Amino acid sequence: MKKKVLAMVMSAVLGVSMLGGCTDAASTGGSDAGTSGTTDGGESAGSDAGSNAGGETKEGVEESVPEQESVGGKLTGTLNLGMIGPLTGAAAIYGNAVKNGEQIAVDEINAISSDFQIQYNPQDDEHDAEKSVNAYNNLKDWNVQVIAGTVTTTPCVAVSAEANNDRIFMLTPSASSPDVVNGKDNVFQVCFADPNQGSASAKYIKDNNMATKVAIIYNNADAYSTGIYQTFNAKAGELGLEVVSTTTFTDDTANDFSVQLGDAQSAGADLVFLPIYYQPASLILQQASSMGYAPKFFGVDGMDGILTMEGFDASLAEGVILLTPFSADATDDLTKSFVGKYESGYGETPNQFAADGYDCPYAIYRALQFYADKNGDLDVTGKSAEEICTILISVFTNPNFSYDGVTGSGMVWTANGEVNKDPKAVVIQNGVYVGL
Amino acid sequence: MLANLINGISLGSVYAIIALGYTMVYGIAKMLNFAHGDVIMVGAYVAFCAITGLGWPPILAVLASVAVCTVLGIIIEGLAYKPLRNATSLAVLITAIGVSYFLQNAALLIWTSNTKVFPNIFADLPALQLGSTQVAPVTLITVLANIVIMLALTFFTSKTKMGKAMRAVSEDKGAATLMGINVNRTISMTFAIGSGLAAIAGVLLCTAYPTLMPTTGAMPGIKAFTAAVFGGIGSIPGAMLGGVLLGVIEIFGKAYISTQLSDAIVFAVLIIVLLVKPTGLLGRKVREKV
Amino acid sequence: MKALKNLKKQTKISFLNYGIVILFFIVVQILANLGMLTNSLKGQLIPILSYVIMALALNLVVGISGELSLGHAGFMSVGAFSGVVVSMSLAENVPNPGLRLLLAIVIGALLAGIAGVIIGIPVLRLNGDYLAIVTLAFGEIIKNVMNCLYVGVDKAGLHLSFKDAASMGMAADGKVLINGPMGATGVTKLSTFIAGTILLLLVLVIIQNLVNSRTGLAIMAIRDNRIAAEASGVPVTRHKLIAFVTSAAIAGAAGALYALNYSTIAPKKFDFNTSILILVFVVLGGIGNMTGSIIAAALLTVLPELLRKFSDYRMLIYAIVLILVMIASNNPKLRSIFDGLGKKAKKEEAAK
Repeated sequence: MKKKVLAMVMSAVLGVSMLGGCTDAASTGGSDAGTSGTTDGGESAGSDAGSNAGGETKEGVEESVPEQESVGGKLTGTLNLGMIGPLTGAAAIYGNAVKNGEQIAVDEINAISSDFQIQYNPQDDEHDAEKSVNAYNNLKDWNVQVIAGTVTTTPCVAVSAEANNDRIFMLTPSASSPDVVNGKDNVFQVCFADPNQGSASAKYIKDNNMATKVAIIYNNADAYSTGIYQTFNAKAGELGLEVVSTTTFTDDTANDFSVQLGDAQSAGADLVFLPIYYQPASLILQQASSMGYAPKFFGVDGMDGILTMEGFDASLAEGVILLTPFSADATDDLTKSFVGKYESGYGETPNQFAADGYDCPYAIYRALQFYADKNGDLDVTGKSAEEICTILISVFTNPNFSYDGVTGSGMVWTANGEVNKDPKAVVIQNGVYVGL
Repeated sequence: MLANLINGISLGSVYAIIALGYTMVYGIAKMLNFAHGDVIMVGAYVAFCAITGLGWPPILAVLASVAVCTVLGIIIEGLAYKPLRNATSLAVLITAIGVSYFLQNAALLIWTSNTKVFPNIFADLPALQLGSTQVAPVTLITVLANIVIMLALTFFTSKTKMGKAMRAVSEDKGAATLMGINVNRTISMTFAIGSGLAAIAGVLLCTAYPTLMPTTGAMPGIKAFTAAVFGGIGSIPGAMLGGVLLGVIEIFGKAYISTQLSDAIVFAVLIIVLLVKPTGLLGRKVREKV
Repeated sequence: MKALKNLKKQTKISFLNYGIVILFFIVVQILANLGMLTNSLKGQLIPILSYVIMALALNLVVGISGELSLGHAGFMSVGAFSGVVVSMSLAENVPNPGLRLLLAIVIGALLAGIAGVIIGIPVLRLNGDYLAIVTLAFGEIIKNVMNCLYVGVDKAGLHLSFKDAASMGMAADGKVLINGPMGATGVTKLSTFIAGTILLLLVLVIIQNLVNSRTGLAIMAIRDNRIAAEASGVPVTRHKLIAFVTSAAIAGAAGALYALNYSTIAPKKFDFNTSILILVFVVLGGIGNMTGSIIAAALLTVLPELLRKFSDYRMLIYAIVLILVMIASNNPKLRSIFDGLGKKAKKEEAAK
């Protein structure tokens, strides 16, 4: 009986998977990535680009700080790098993007030299704080040395408190709330912090006289969105930017935006600020267009990815301005190599999450290299998480350490854990980002 | 005001068409099929693949989607629900939740977590101009589809032999068996029809709100369940009425009270209606047996 | 004579339940002392206890009182956030963490109980699936309201707003305790395994005494035949309300215990899915069967963690396991085998 049931379930799975044939490339790519490979992968082009970037970083550092002598120590051993993020559930898209990005970086680093290897272990947290702490404990049982996560904000706040207690170094690619890093000396961010984005957006709009009346639509069930809204609103008040309409939605009502757009329209807003992710944003753009309402739309880094959605009509996003650290169209070698690998590996264009993910393992790798270079040979095998943590804190808070990645060059970190990089404002024209 | 009403109806008609499938299954099989929303999601993905992947014309894609979902419905029923025919309704409810998890996670593996944008299959049709507001073609077609399906289902359950068998099964399984009705086949048939309707609902849902993810069906599923209860669960016209009203209340709540609390408003109205009319708007009152 | 026997059976089950909890506690302590407890399991101890308590609370409503509730996470949410506010605002006045945890749990339970009264009075007038949908509706309303709730504290006391943090009008030294959808952050972790175990034992005492009391019998009589019970002069609404409010208060206590195990807690956690998850524990453990709830809640909380090695297929396998267990546990053949075993064991016992 049981066998029969199992057989039928399996055949059903098979049947459904055949239906999925049309996206085969993407799905096989995805499951390949699931096996966290340690060595292979990394084509020569990529590792070239990677080491080039590394060379630049080191040169830059040596030039700016002549007093800090390089002793040329070597980095060796195997690092246990853990990742936590939503790989299933409603937020799976962000977790998987980060995982794919980090996987590419890990493969590249492992291909550079067999002296230093990274063992990569991504764990699912379903965008839930409880599951995230579980995933974290699971990684601890695996003897994790450094964590390149977690992806989403609320789980990250929970995990970073644990990691702070246990002295495990954390570098989050995309959890942007200040609560993630505040009061935790061992937690650092690759993405902009929410207040940065909120106030930078308000300032940008004011400085460029982009609008007289501003409307805001945000997700009041989402920590990221509400966080940016609050700082934007405060900064707008300070700068005298007039906010005429503030409306919200939740994940449960994220399909119809007619009321919110109608409110903005009747209030005469000529710019709509959207501190939200790109899926609801795409619906807002579509519905505004069918209403015949055409204000300027201003987004934040969560908006990045809108052009990569399969089947999205890019003309809807014409003229949308967003602050983003990453653009898949950039022509520098590093971005081109990363985007090329991502597309061939996963069948889709990487978004900002993937790019932040790609930068995470590299930043950790460069930091360890930096330490070895200044302090002599470093063998990470068998080092406790706490020892690695102390090393990485010392490097990340060292003003002479900077990192060039796909989401920004010359990134430096404050002692508080926030990254210092400039948000780039881009406008979407003919389906591509154009720098402003 | 008019614009809000039209927006409410267009949102509500999407809820309604999902609720029709819900109420159909509930009315006959007496089970809350929480996996219904996820069958909708599968239907939308199948249509999406047929249109953008294989380049099929929309009509053919919808038919393919209906066919796939019908088969899927029969498989789900046969594998997961049939062995529980004599179990408590709660056991079936939990199994339905298991099926819902299964479909979502299978979709995640097959189609990845990346959001797809569903093509506008009615792009060629003109919009209806009502005063200063436009009614999108998808709204007109959804409303039309609702009415057609509602009439067809009512006709089917009251006039055809299979439909009468279904009603008999819903009234009393034991008696129906004695009358020579094959209860298992009848319930399978109910799931087939309900899931076929889910495919149509999926296509219309995603045409109206074109972001498609593995979790796309979950939230509209719960809303449609609410709508079905609102109208009196098991009642076919009630599902449609409930769906449309739910959409209108949601939009009016957002427009005139608060966008922050719109969910709370919708559910508060539902509670008040149920307190006044404990079996929903058009629900039948079942006499208590002593 | 028969009543006495029944009572004895009930007492036996009660002691079995205490035994299971105490045994679990002792085994964990021994493992911890031997250093054999993995971090993964250690981290799950308090969530397990919280979910077990939640399952017991829901079983009181679903199993004993016979009402399907789809919104119990809402009560957990009320308990969680009031517990967090209590523990954070009393951080200076009550430095003892144990006492603060106790206060947080008591007040969490109290407020959730009040929410239970407010919701229970209208809800319990309805029946069956309509009652279920109204509890779902209340659960969603609580989630929605919590998403808009801002609470802060300064020298003047607590401040509250439904708009945003700025409109609370706090003094400059004020501290935001609950920040809308971001929930509470920087919570001091107070929950301990011992405290959780004591709470669980206490909850078991409350529920089992209630079930075995006259009130409990009346509640079950209403469940089995409402009209007959009414005719025998049992006040239906009052008894149903007793079960519902007790359950809500216990859920609130579980919420406070749960929330104070993490440094952050967001309203999103207590959504429909969490309500359903707890219902799964109850149904899988056997409706009305407290022992079953304890075991099912503990096992199903650990299961997804045990499946981690399947990475991408983890939740798919979880779903399949769930369906198979439901089918297997309701299979008449398997059932009769189990029943047969049970009877055989009883006979042997009687023979001795």
